[in-house]
Amino acid sequence: MSNPLRGEVIRLYKNLLYLGREYPKGTTYFRERLKTAFMKNKDITDPEKIKKLVDRGDYVIKELEALYFLRKYRAMKKRYYEPEH
Amino acid sequence: MSARVLVGVKRVIDYAVKIRVKPDRTGVVTDGVKHSMNPFCEIAVEEAVKLKEKKLVKEVVAVSCGPQQVQETIRTALAMGADRGIHVEVSGKDYETLGPLQVSKILAALAKKEQADLIILGKQAIDDDCNQTGQMTAALLDWPQGTFASELTFEADKLKVVREIDGGLETIMIKLPAVVTADLRLNTPRYATLPNIMKAKKKKIANVKPADLGVDVSSRLEVLKVDEPPQRQAGVKVETVEDLVGKLKEAGRI
Repeated sequence: MSNPLRGEVIRLYKNLLYLGREYPKGTTYFRERLKTAFMKNKDITDPEKIKKLVDRGDYVIKELEALYFLRKYRAMKKRYYEPEH
Repeated sequence: MSARVLVGVKRVIDYAVKIRVKPDRTGVVTDGVKHSMNPFCEIAVEEAVKLKEKKLVKEVVAVSCGPQQVQETIRTALAMGADRGIHVEVSGKDYETLGPLQVSKILAALAKKEQADLIILGKQAIDDDCNQTGQMTAALLDWPQGTFASELTFEADKLKVVREIDGGLETIMIKLPAVVTADLRLNTPRYATLPNIMKAKKKKIANVKPADLGVDVSSRLEVLKVDEPPQRQAGVKVETVEDLVGKLKEAGRI
């Protein structure tokens, strides 16, 4: 049933929203796209499909974390270290 | 190992924010500006948490000095895995003049009070770029220091530190208790995700005042003025080598 997965989906949405605060293009940009992406799939009831989408959401979380880390690392490296480093 | 690690974290203006100087040139605009944990402090917290996960240390205590808002920064450290936090309350004028000397006195006093065996700090803060707190803390405690650490290993009761220095890497062996400052390549800090932040709400943050630690936070420095860096002049394009030589001669360069 989609009921236990409802909690998963809400958890995913909240986590992504939290991560979106640091998005380079701005929080509003991220939030709009996040909402659109979730709304596009709001009528799906097959638990298999929902599970797949939640997994894709978790993957996006990992991608965002990597993006944020790389951005910060590169900025620090550029500011504090000689180019040859 | 029953070691306790003290990690200092600083709340600074977020690294991605474009800094603006206040019109009266006494400082930088901080009101309403996004703040976050100093990137080097994140690396320090990550290292301490890693040591705890490897069971090399027993407890990680996150410390920050400043007004109410620094509690956010301490919460982030707790979300990354620190066990408890200590908020040293410094506000108003005292906070504006708080510098490495005062912070190192506070950290030294806390290290003695909490019986810490290791202090890990970021090598420098991205707002003042002092690169002094770690060194001063070690001197006040008379502890050895491993600064600019890019690798940290425990060997019996000693610490092997690989340091990033001009011209390469230096490996030193220092005895515990010690102070270590984290450099960029020490580790990859984990992100403090929402579920971790929620879990961290249960962890305690103790409140302390500098006076309780017997520390005088008055500053011996006075900021005279703060200026923006000079604007970059637009470049000039030339057509031929003769033009280039001519322009260089004009500018008095050759």
